[in-house]
Amino acid sequence: MALQSLDITRRSATTTPAPALRQTTEVAKLIDVSACIGCKACQVACMEWNDIRDEVGNCVGVYDNPVDLSAKSWTVMRFAEVEEGGRLQWLIRKDGCMHCADPGCLKACPSPGAIIQYANGIVDFQQENCIGCGYCITGCPFNIPRIAKEDGKAYKCTLCSDRVAVGQAPACVKSCPTGALQFGSKEQMKDYADKRIKDLKMRGFEKAGLYDPPGVGGTHVMYVLHHADRPELYSGLPPDPSISPLVSLWKGFAKPLATVAMAAVALGSLFHYVIKGPNEVSKKLEDELEKEEST
Amino acid sequence: MQLTRRQFFKVCAAGMGGSSIALMGFSPAPALAEVRAFKLARATETRNMCPYCSVSCGVLIYTVGDKAKNAKPDIIHIEGDPDNPVNRGTLCPKGAGLLDMVKSPNRLKYPQVREPGSAEWKRISWEEAIERIAKHMKADRDASFIEKNEKGITVNRWNTFGFLASSAASNETGYLTHKVLRALGCVAFETQARI
Repeated sequence: MALQSLDITRRSATTTPAPALRQTTEVAKLIDVSACIGCKACQVACMEWNDIRDEVGNCVGVYDNPVDLSAKSWTVMRFAEVEEGGRLQWLIRKDGCMHCADPGCLKACPSPGAIIQYANGIVDFQQENCIGCGYCITGCPFNIPRIAKEDGKAYKCTLCSDRVAVGQAPACVKSCPTGALQFGSKEQMKDYADKRIKDLKMRGFEKAGLYDPPGVGGTHVMYVLHHADRPELYSGLPPDPSISPLVSLWKGFAKPLATVAMAAVALGSLFHYVIKGPNEVSKKLEDELEKEEST
Repeated sequence: MQLTRRQFFKVCAAGMGGSSIALMGFSPAPALAEVRAFKLARATETRNMCPYCSVSCGVLIYTVGDKAKNAKPDIIHIEGDPDNPVNRGTLCPKGAGLLDMVKSPNRLKYPQVREPGSAEWKRISWEEAIERIAKHMKADRDASFIEKNEKGITVNRWNTFGFLASSAASNETGYLTHKVLRALGCVAFETQARI
Protein backbone atom coordinates (compact mmCIF):
# COMPACT_ATOMS: atom_id res chain seq x y z
CA MET A 1 0.00 0.00 0.00
CA ALA A 2 1.30 3.43 -0.89
CA LEU A 3 1.72 6.23 1.59
CA GLN A 4 -1.67 7.68 2.32
CA SER A 5 -2.60 11.27 2.96
CA LEU A 6 -5.19 9.83 5.33
CA ASP A 7 -4.87 6.52 7.17
CA ILE A 8 -7.17 3.82 5.92
CA THR A 9 -8.98 1.57 8.38
CA ARG A 10 -11.21 -0.41 6.05
CA ARG A 11 -11.31 -1.27 2.35
CA SER A 12 -14.16 -2.94 0.51
CA ALA A 13 -13.75 -6.63 -0.41
CA THR A 14 -10.33 -6.78 1.26
CA THR A 15 -9.24 -9.10 4.04
CA THR A 16 -5.72 -7.69 4.45
CA PRO A 17 -5.64 -5.90 7.80
CA ALA A 18 -5.26 -2.13 7.59
CA PRO A 19 -2.54 -0.22 9.41
CA ALA A 20 -3.89 0.65 12.83
CA LEU A 21 -1.06 2.24 14.79
CA ARG A 22 -1.61 5.93 14.24
CA GLN A 23 -4.40 7.57 16.18
CA THR A 24 -5.93 10.30 14.10
CA THR A 25 -8.72 12.59 15.26
CA GLU A 26 -12.17 11.39 14.39
CA VAL A 27 -13.89 14.20 12.52
CA ALA A 28 -17.56 15.01 12.17
CA LYS A 29 -19.88 17.43 10.45
CA LEU A 30 -22.77 18.72 12.50
CA ILE A 31 -25.92 19.86 10.71
CA ASP A 32 -27.96 22.08 12.99
CA VAL A 33 -31.35 21.79 11.31
CA SER A 34 -32.76 24.50 13.58
CA ALA A 35 -30.31 27.09 12.22
CA CYS A 36 -30.64 26.18 8.53
CA ILE A 37 -32.44 28.69 6.28
CA GLY A 38 -32.30 26.45 3.19
CA CYS A 39 -30.22 28.89 1.12
CA LYS A 40 -28.38 26.03 -0.63
CA ALA A 41 -24.96 27.70 -0.47
CA CYS A 42 -23.68 24.27 0.60
CA GLN A 43 -25.09 22.70 -2.57
CA VAL A 44 -23.34 25.26 -4.75
CA ALA A 45 -20.07 25.13 -2.80
CA CYS A 46 -20.10 21.33 -3.09
CA MET A 47 -20.42 21.35 -6.87
CA GLU A 48 -17.91 24.17 -7.24
CA TRP A 49 -15.26 22.47 -5.11
CA ASN A 50 -15.73 19.03 -6.60
CA ASP A 51 -15.72 20.31 -10.20
CA ILE A 52 -19.09 18.86 -11.07
CA ARG A 53 -22.12 20.66 -12.44
CA ASP A 54 -25.51 19.01 -12.45
CA GLU A 55 -27.95 19.72 -15.24
CA VAL A 56 -30.21 22.68 -14.58
CA GLY A 57 -33.44 21.23 -13.24
CA ASN A 58 -37.06 22.31 -13.21
CA CYS A 59 -39.17 23.75 -10.44
CA VAL A 60 -41.49 21.04 -9.16
CA GLY A 61 -43.64 23.34 -7.07
CA VAL A 62 -41.57 23.20 -3.88
CA TYR A 63 -38.16 24.51 -2.96
CA ASP A 64 -36.45 21.14 -3.45
CA ASN A 65 -34.10 21.66 -6.38
CA PRO A 66 -32.65 19.31 -7.46
CA VAL A 67 -35.46 17.05 -6.30
CA ASP A 68 -33.14 14.20 -5.39
CA LEU A 69 -29.49 13.39 -4.97
CA SER A 70 -27.69 12.44 -8.17
CA ALA A 71 -24.21 11.41 -9.23
CA LYS A 72 -23.58 15.14 -9.71
CA SER A 73 -25.52 16.49 -6.72
CA TRP A 74 -23.92 15.00 -3.64
CA THR A 75 -25.97 17.06 -1.24
CA VAL A 76 -29.51 18.42 -1.52
CA MET A 77 -31.78 20.38 0.78
CA ARG A 78 -35.05 18.65 1.56
CA PHE A 79 -37.91 20.89 2.60
CA ALA A 80 -40.69 19.31 4.67
CA GLU A 81 -43.86 21.14 5.67
CA VAL A 82 -45.08 19.62 8.91
CA GLU A 83 -48.00 20.67 11.07
CA GLU A 84 -47.09 20.39 14.71
CA GLY A 85 -49.44 21.46 17.51
CA GLY A 86 -51.48 23.60 15.15
CA ARG A 87 -48.39 25.36 13.80
CA LEU A 88 -46.84 24.88 10.42
CA GLN A 89 -43.18 24.04 10.66
CA TRP A 90 -40.79 24.15 7.78
CA LEU A 91 -38.20 21.48 8.49
CA ILE A 92 -35.22 21.85 6.19
CA ARG A 93 -32.71 19.03 6.13
CA LYS A 94 -29.43 18.88 4.26
CA ASP A 95 -29.32 15.36 2.86
CA GLY A 96 -26.14 13.58 1.86
CA CYS A 97 -23.75 10.85 2.96
CA MET A 98 -23.74 10.28 6.73
CA HIS A 99 -20.26 8.70 6.81
CA CYS A 100 -21.36 5.85 9.09
CA ALA A 101 -18.84 4.28 11.44
CA ASP A 102 -20.19 0.95 10.21
CA PRO A 103 -20.78 1.69 6.52
CA GLY A 104 -23.30 -0.54 4.75
CA CYS A 105 -22.01 0.53 1.33
CA LEU A 106 -18.49 -0.64 2.16
CA LYS A 107 -19.75 -3.96 3.50
CA ALA A 108 -21.84 -4.61 0.40
CA CYS A 109 -19.17 -3.56 -2.10
CA PRO A 110 -17.61 -6.51 -3.97
CA SER A 111 -14.83 -4.53 -5.67
CA PRO A 112 -11.54 -4.33 -3.75
CA GLY A 113 -10.69 -0.79 -2.75
CA ALA A 114 -13.69 0.87 -4.40
CA ILE A 115 -14.94 2.02 -0.99
CA ILE A 116 -12.58 2.89 1.81
CA GLN A 117 -12.93 4.22 5.31
CA TYR A 118 -10.28 6.52 6.69
CA ALA A 119 -9.18 6.52 10.31
CA ASN A 120 -10.79 9.93 10.76
CA GLY A 121 -14.17 8.41 9.89
CA ILE A 122 -14.62 9.56 6.30
CA VAL A 123 -16.07 6.95 3.95
CA ASP A 124 -14.82 7.59 0.43
CA PHE A 125 -15.53 6.07 -2.97
CA GLN A 126 -12.59 5.43 -5.30
CA GLN A 127 -14.28 5.57 -8.67
CA GLU A 128 -11.35 4.01 -10.55
CA ASN A 129 -11.96 0.77 -8.64
CA CYS A 130 -15.75 0.93 -8.94
CA ILE A 131 -17.35 -1.69 -11.16
CA GLY A 132 -20.77 -0.01 -11.13
CA CYS A 133 -22.71 -2.93 -9.68
CA GLY A 134 -24.81 -0.70 -7.44
CA TYR A 135 -24.53 -2.92 -4.35
CA CYS A 136 -23.52 0.15 -2.32
CA ILE A 137 -26.98 1.59 -2.97
CA THR A 138 -28.58 -1.60 -1.63
CA GLY A 139 -26.24 -1.55 1.34
CA CYS A 140 -26.81 2.09 2.29
CA PRO A 141 -29.46 2.57 4.99
CA PHE A 142 -29.85 6.23 3.96
CA ASN A 143 -30.18 5.70 0.17
CA ILE A 144 -27.31 8.02 -0.72
CA PRO A 145 -24.99 6.68 -3.50
CA ARG A 146 -25.98 7.25 -7.11
CA ILE A 147 -24.68 5.69 -10.33
CA ALA A 148 -23.63 8.15 -13.03
CA LYS A 149 -25.10 7.74 -16.51
CA GLU A 150 -21.84 8.81 -18.14
CA ASP A 151 -19.41 6.27 -16.68
CA GLY A 152 -21.63 3.84 -14.75
CA LYS A 153 -19.76 4.48 -11.52
CA ALA A 154 -21.13 5.29 -8.08
CA TYR A 155 -20.66 8.75 -6.60
CA LYS A 156 -21.46 10.40 -3.29
CA CYS A 157 -20.22 13.02 -0.82
CA THR A 158 -16.55 12.57 0.12
CA LEU A 159 -16.79 14.90 3.15
CA CYS A 160 -14.17 16.75 1.07
CA SER A 161 -11.54 14.21 2.08
CA ASP A 162 -9.04 16.23 0.01
CA ARG A 163 -9.70 19.35 2.09
CA VAL A 164 -9.82 17.51 5.40
CA ALA A 165 -6.51 15.80 4.52
CA VAL A 166 -4.80 19.21 4.47
CA GLY A 167 -6.60 20.44 7.58
CA GLN A 168 -9.48 22.36 6.03
CA ALA A 169 -13.21 22.12 6.61
CA PRO A 170 -15.43 20.66 3.89
CA ALA A 171 -16.56 23.16 1.24
CA CYS A 172 -20.20 23.05 2.37
CA VAL A 173 -19.33 23.78 5.99
CA LYS A 174 -17.08 26.67 5.06
CA SER A 175 -19.73 28.34 2.92
CA CYS A 176 -22.67 28.04 5.36
CA PRO A 177 -23.68 31.65 6.16
CA THR A 178 -25.81 30.85 9.23
CA GLY A 179 -23.39 28.46 10.91
CA ALA A 180 -25.91 25.64 10.65
CA LEU A 181 -23.01 23.50 9.43
CA GLN A 182 -20.13 22.97 11.80
CA PHE A 183 -17.03 20.85 11.41
CA GLY A 184 -14.47 19.57 13.88
CA SER A 185 -13.60 16.54 15.94
CA LYS A 186 -16.54 14.30 16.71
CA GLU A 187 -16.21 15.09 20.41
CA GLN A 188 -16.26 18.83 19.81
CA MET A 189 -19.30 18.48 17.60
CA LYS A 190 -21.13 16.56 20.31
CA ASP A 191 -20.30 19.30 22.83
CA TYR A 192 -21.52 21.97 20.44
CA ALA A 193 -24.68 19.95 19.79
CA ASP A 194 -25.35 19.75 23.54
CA LYS A 195 -25.31 23.52 23.76
CA ARG A 196 -27.68 23.83 20.83
CA ILE A 197 -30.03 21.21 22.26
CA LYS A 198 -30.16 22.98 25.62
CA ASP A 199 -30.98 26.20 23.82
CA LEU A 200 -33.71 24.52 21.77
CA LYS A 201 -35.23 22.95 24.88
CA MET A 202 -35.35 26.36 26.52
CA ARG A 203 -37.22 27.61 23.48
CA GLY A 204 -39.92 25.00 23.86
CA PHE A 205 -38.62 22.13 21.75
CA GLU A 206 -38.79 19.55 24.54
CA LYS A 207 -37.77 16.67 22.31
CA ALA A 208 -34.74 18.34 20.75
CA GLY A 209 -31.79 16.01 20.43
CA LEU A 210 -28.79 14.74 18.51
CA TYR A 211 -29.14 12.30 15.61
CA ASP A 212 -26.15 9.95 15.76
CA PRO A 213 -27.81 6.57 15.10
CA PRO A 214 -26.20 3.65 16.95
CA GLY A 215 -27.62 1.17 14.39
CA VAL A 216 -24.76 2.06 12.03
CA GLY A 217 -22.21 2.55 14.81
CA GLY A 218 -22.80 6.29 14.90
CA THR A 219 -22.23 8.66 12.01
CA HIS A 220 -19.68 11.30 11.13
CA VAL A 221 -22.41 13.58 9.88
CA MET A 222 -24.80 14.31 12.72
CA TYR A 223 -27.99 16.32 12.98
CA VAL A 224 -29.38 18.53 15.71
CA LEU A 225 -33.15 18.00 15.38
CA HIS A 226 -35.96 19.87 17.12
CA HIS A 227 -38.00 16.65 17.02
CA ALA A 228 -35.32 14.05 17.70
CA ASP A 229 -38.02 11.59 18.80
CA ARG A 230 -39.45 11.58 15.27
CA PRO A 231 -36.64 11.97 12.72
CA GLU A 232 -38.98 10.69 10.00
CA LEU A 233 -40.61 14.17 9.98
CA TYR A 234 -37.47 15.47 8.29
CA SER A 235 -38.23 14.14 4.79
CA GLY A 236 -38.00 10.54 5.93
CA LEU A 237 -34.82 10.45 7.96
CA PRO A 238 -34.80 6.81 9.19
CA PRO A 239 -35.51 6.62 12.97
CA ASP A 240 -33.32 3.58 13.50
CA PRO A 241 -31.15 2.90 10.45
CA SER A 242 -29.26 -0.36 10.14
CA ILE A 243 -27.57 -2.28 7.39
CA SER A 244 -30.00 -4.50 5.45
CA PRO A 245 -29.99 -8.10 6.84
CA LEU A 246 -29.50 -9.32 3.25
CA VAL A 247 -26.11 -7.58 3.11
CA SER A 248 -25.03 -9.09 6.43
CA LEU A 249 -26.26 -12.51 5.28
CA TRP A 250 -24.56 -12.34 1.89
CA LYS A 251 -21.28 -10.82 3.08
CA GLY A 252 -21.20 -12.37 6.55
CA PHE A 253 -22.68 -15.84 6.62
CA ALA A 254 -22.85 -16.88 2.96
CA LYS A 255 -19.42 -15.68 1.86
CA PRO A 256 -17.26 -18.22 3.81
CA LEU A 257 -19.72 -20.95 2.86
CA ALA A 258 -19.27 -20.13 -0.82
CA THR A 259 -15.50 -20.17 -0.40
CA VAL A 260 -15.69 -23.55 1.35
CA ALA A 261 -17.93 -24.91 -1.41
CA MET A 262 -15.54 -23.75 -4.09
CA ALA A 263 -12.55 -25.21 -2.27
CA ALA A 264 -14.48 -28.50 -1.90
CA VAL A 265 -15.17 -28.59 -5.64
CA ALA A 266 -11.49 -28.00 -6.38
CA LEU A 267 -10.41 -30.66 -3.88
CA GLY A 268 -13.03 -33.11 -5.17
CA SER A 269 -11.80 -32.62 -8.73
CA LEU A 270 -8.27 -33.29 -7.61
CA PHE A 271 -9.28 -36.50 -5.84
CA HIS A 272 -11.32 -37.58 -8.83
CA TYR A 273 -8.32 -37.01 -11.08
CA VAL A 274 -6.02 -38.99 -8.76
CA ILE A 275 -8.42 -41.88 -8.24
CA LYS A 276 -10.14 -42.15 -11.61
CA GLY A 277 -7.68 -40.36 -13.89
CA PRO A 278 -8.67 -38.50 -17.04
CA ASN A 279 -11.48 -39.84 -19.19
CA GLU A 280 -9.77 -41.88 -21.95
CA VAL A 281 -11.46 -42.55 -25.25
CA SER A 282 -10.20 -45.59 -27.10
CA LYS A 283 -8.73 -45.16 -30.59
CA LYS A 284 -11.39 -47.45 -31.97
CA LEU A 285 -14.26 -45.34 -30.64
CA GLU A 286 -12.69 -42.14 -31.91
CA ASP A 287 -12.33 -43.58 -35.41
CA GLU A 288 -15.94 -44.66 -35.36
CA LEU A 289 -17.11 -41.19 -34.31
CA GLU A 290 -15.00 -39.50 -36.98
CA LYS A 291 -16.46 -41.83 -39.58
CA GLU A 292 -19.97 -40.89 -38.44
CA GLU A 293 -19.19 -37.18 -38.63
CA SER A 294 -17.70 -37.39 -42.12
CA THR A 295 -20.75 -39.16 -43.52
CA MET B 1 -16.05 -18.72 -33.31
CA GLN B 2 -16.18 -22.50 -33.54
CA LEU B 3 -15.64 -24.34 -30.25
CA THR B 4 -15.54 -28.06 -29.82
CA ARG B 5 -17.27 -29.52 -26.79
CA ARG B 6 -13.94 -30.15 -25.15
CA GLN B 7 -12.66 -26.59 -25.76
CA PHE B 8 -15.89 -25.19 -24.35
CA PHE B 9 -15.37 -27.13 -21.12
CA LYS B 10 -11.77 -25.96 -20.91
CA VAL B 11 -12.78 -22.28 -21.25
CA CYS B 12 -15.51 -22.71 -18.63
CA ALA B 13 -13.18 -24.44 -16.21
CA ALA B 14 -10.49 -21.77 -16.65
CA GLY B 15 -13.01 -18.97 -16.04
CA MET B 16 -14.53 -20.65 -13.04
CA GLY B 17 -11.12 -21.48 -11.57
CA GLY B 18 -9.84 -17.95 -12.11
CA SER B 19 -12.79 -16.28 -10.46
CA SER B 20 -12.72 -18.76 -7.58
CA ILE B 21 -9.05 -18.03 -6.93
CA ALA B 22 -9.76 -14.29 -7.02
CA LEU B 23 -12.60 -14.75 -4.54
CA MET B 24 -10.39 -16.67 -2.17
CA GLY B 25 -8.05 -13.72 -1.93
CA PHE B 26 -5.47 -14.52 -4.59
CA SER B 27 -6.43 -11.48 -6.64
CA PRO B 28 -3.85 -9.22 -8.28
CA ALA B 29 -2.16 -6.56 -6.13
CA PRO B 30 -4.80 -4.26 -4.63
CA ALA B 31 -5.22 -0.98 -6.43
CA LEU B 32 -3.95 2.00 -4.44
CA ALA B 33 -6.36 4.17 -2.55
CA GLU B 34 -5.58 7.85 -2.18
CA VAL B 35 -7.67 10.93 -1.57
CA ARG B 36 -8.03 13.35 -4.43
CA ALA B 37 -5.04 15.69 -4.40
CA PHE B 38 -5.71 19.08 -2.83
CA LYS B 39 -6.20 21.17 -5.94
CA LEU B 40 -5.07 24.49 -4.44
CA ALA B 41 -1.69 23.32 -3.17
CA ARG B 42 0.40 25.68 -5.35
CA ALA B 43 -2.31 27.92 -6.71
CA THR B 44 -1.98 31.68 -6.38
CA GLU B 45 -4.32 33.11 -3.76
CA THR B 46 -5.75 36.58 -4.39
CA ARG B 47 -8.05 38.54 -2.08
CA ASN B 48 -11.08 40.15 -3.62
CA MET B 49 -14.67 41.00 -2.97
CA CYS B 50 -17.89 39.42 -4.15
CA PRO B 51 -19.49 41.75 -6.68
CA TYR B 52 -23.11 40.74 -6.18
CA CYS B 53 -24.85 42.48 -3.28
CA SER B 54 -24.14 45.24 -0.81
CA VAL B 55 -22.89 42.86 1.88
CA SER B 56 -19.61 42.70 -0.08
CA CYS B 57 -18.24 39.45 1.26
CA GLY B 58 -14.52 38.88 1.03
CA VAL B 59 -13.45 36.09 -1.29
CA LEU B 60 -10.23 34.24 -2.02
CA ILE B 61 -9.60 33.70 -5.71
CA TYR B 62 -7.36 30.78 -6.59
CA THR B 63 -5.47 30.95 -9.85
CA VAL B 64 -3.55 28.24 -11.61
CA GLY B 65 0.22 28.69 -11.58
CA ASP B 66 2.66 30.80 -9.56
CA LYS B 67 2.63 33.93 -11.78
CA ALA B 68 5.73 32.78 -13.70
CA LYS B 69 6.24 34.61 -16.98
CA ASN B 70 5.20 31.75 -19.22
CA ALA B 71 2.33 30.46 -17.13
CA LYS B 72 -1.01 31.89 -18.16
CA PRO B 73 -3.16 32.36 -15.06
CA ASP B 74 -6.70 31.05 -14.96
CA ILE B 75 -9.14 31.10 -12.05
CA ILE B 76 -9.89 27.60 -10.80
CA HIS B 77 -11.68 28.16 -7.51
CA ILE B 78 -13.26 30.88 -5.38
CA GLU B 79 -14.18 30.59 -1.73
CA GLY B 80 -14.88 32.83 1.26
CA ASP B 81 -12.11 34.85 2.90
CA PRO B 82 -11.92 33.84 6.57
CA ASP B 83 -10.02 37.06 7.42
CA ASN B 84 -12.76 39.33 6.11
CA PRO B 85 -14.83 40.57 9.06
CA VAL B 86 -17.98 40.78 6.95
CA ASN B 87 -18.41 37.11 6.15
CA ARG B 88 -15.52 35.36 7.94
CA GLY B 89 -15.18 32.72 5.22
CA THR B 90 -18.83 32.06 4.54
CA LEU B 91 -20.69 32.78 1.31
CA CYS B 92 -24.27 32.68 0.06
CA PRO B 93 -25.28 30.40 -2.85
CA LYS B 94 -24.61 33.15 -5.38
CA GLY B 95 -21.20 33.90 -3.92
CA ALA B 96 -20.36 30.22 -3.65
CA GLY B 97 -20.99 29.95 -7.40
CA LEU B 98 -18.84 32.95 -8.35
CA LEU B 99 -16.52 30.80 -10.44
CA ASP B 100 -19.30 30.19 -12.93
CA MET B 101 -19.95 33.92 -13.21
CA VAL B 102 -16.28 34.52 -13.95
CA LYS B 103 -16.35 31.79 -16.60
CA SER B 104 -19.76 32.71 -17.98
CA PRO B 105 -19.84 33.32 -21.73
CA ASN B 106 -22.30 36.17 -21.05
CA ARG B 107 -19.97 38.14 -18.80
CA LEU B 108 -19.04 41.62 -20.02
CA LYS B 109 -15.26 41.76 -20.29
CA TYR B 110 -14.62 45.09 -22.05
CA PRO B 111 -16.34 48.44 -22.65
CA GLN B 112 -19.01 48.50 -25.30
CA VAL B 113 -21.04 51.28 -26.81
CA ARG B 114 -24.35 51.40 -28.65
CA GLU B 115 -24.30 54.61 -30.68
CA PRO B 116 -27.52 56.63 -30.92
CA GLY B 117 -29.72 55.11 -33.62
CA SER B 118 -27.67 51.94 -33.82
CA ALA B 119 -28.87 48.48 -32.83
CA GLU B 120 -25.35 47.10 -32.53
CA TRP B 121 -23.05 47.03 -29.53
CA LYS B 122 -19.55 48.03 -30.58
CA ARG B 123 -16.41 47.10 -28.68
CA ILE B 124 -14.25 50.08 -27.69
CA SER B 125 -11.03 50.48 -25.72
CA TRP B 126 -10.92 51.69 -22.13
CA GLU B 127 -9.30 54.94 -23.29
CA GLU B 128 -12.09 55.56 -25.76
CA ALA B 129 -14.69 54.72 -23.14
CA ILE B 130 -13.28 57.03 -20.49
CA GLU B 131 -12.84 59.86 -22.96
CA ARG B 132 -16.36 59.38 -24.24
CA ILE B 133 -17.83 59.44 -20.76
CA ALA B 134 -15.80 62.53 -19.84
CA LYS B 135 -16.99 64.36 -22.95
CA HIS B 136 -20.64 63.53 -22.24
CA MET B 137 -20.23 64.59 -18.63
CA LYS B 138 -18.61 67.88 -19.61
CA ALA B 139 -21.29 68.66 -22.21
CA ASP B 140 -24.11 67.88 -19.81
CA ARG B 141 -22.56 69.78 -16.92
CA ASP B 142 -21.91 72.86 -19.07
CA ALA B 143 -25.53 72.78 -20.20
CA SER B 144 -27.31 72.22 -16.92
CA PHE B 145 -25.09 73.23 -14.00
CA ILE B 146 -26.94 75.40 -11.45
CA GLU B 147 -24.65 77.82 -9.73
CA LYS B 148 -27.24 79.87 -7.85
CA ASN B 149 -30.87 79.16 -6.93
CA GLU B 150 -33.82 81.58 -7.32
CA LYS B 151 -32.87 83.37 -4.11
CA GLY B 152 -29.36 83.95 -5.39
CA ILE B 153 -27.73 81.56 -2.94
CA THR B 154 -24.75 79.65 -4.31
CA VAL B 155 -25.72 75.95 -4.58
CA ASN B 156 -23.39 74.54 -7.30
CA ARG B 157 -25.77 71.70 -8.26
CA TRP B 158 -25.55 69.32 -11.20
CA ASN B 159 -28.95 67.66 -11.05
CA THR B 160 -29.07 66.01 -14.46
CA PHE B 161 -26.30 63.57 -13.67
CA GLY B 162 -26.14 60.49 -11.47
CA PHE B 163 -23.31 58.19 -10.51
CA LEU B 164 -23.32 54.54 -9.53
CA ALA B 165 -20.50 53.75 -7.09
CA SER B 166 -19.75 50.48 -5.37
CA SER B 167 -20.74 49.45 -1.87
CA ALA B 168 -17.86 47.00 -2.04
CA ALA B 169 -15.38 49.88 -2.12
CA SER B 170 -13.12 50.52 0.85
CA ASN B 171 -13.47 53.54 3.11
CA GLU B 172 -10.69 55.29 1.22
CA THR B 173 -12.22 54.63 -2.19
CA GLY B 174 -15.58 55.78 -0.89
CA TYR B 175 -14.00 59.02 0.38
CA LEU B 176 -12.45 59.68 -3.03
CA THR B 177 -15.71 58.92 -4.85
CA HIS B 178 -17.48 61.35 -2.56
CA LYS B 179 -14.89 64.10 -3.01
CA VAL B 180 -14.74 63.83 -6.82
CA LEU B 181 -18.51 63.78 -7.29
CA ARG B 182 -19.29 66.52 -4.79
CA ALA B 183 -16.60 68.68 -6.40
CA LEU B 184 -18.43 68.28 -9.71
CA GLY B 185 -21.71 69.26 -8.05
CA CYS B 186 -23.23 65.80 -8.38
CA VAL B 187 -25.95 65.18 -5.79
CA ALA B 188 -27.36 61.82 -6.89
CA PHE B 189 -24.86 59.08 -6.36
CA GLU B 190 -25.68 55.68 -5.09
CA THR B 191 -24.33 52.20 -4.55
CA GLN B 192 -25.93 48.77 -4.80
CA ALA B 193 -26.32 48.91 -1.03
CA ARG B 194 -29.88 50.04 -1.62
CA ILE B 195 -30.60 48.23 -4.86
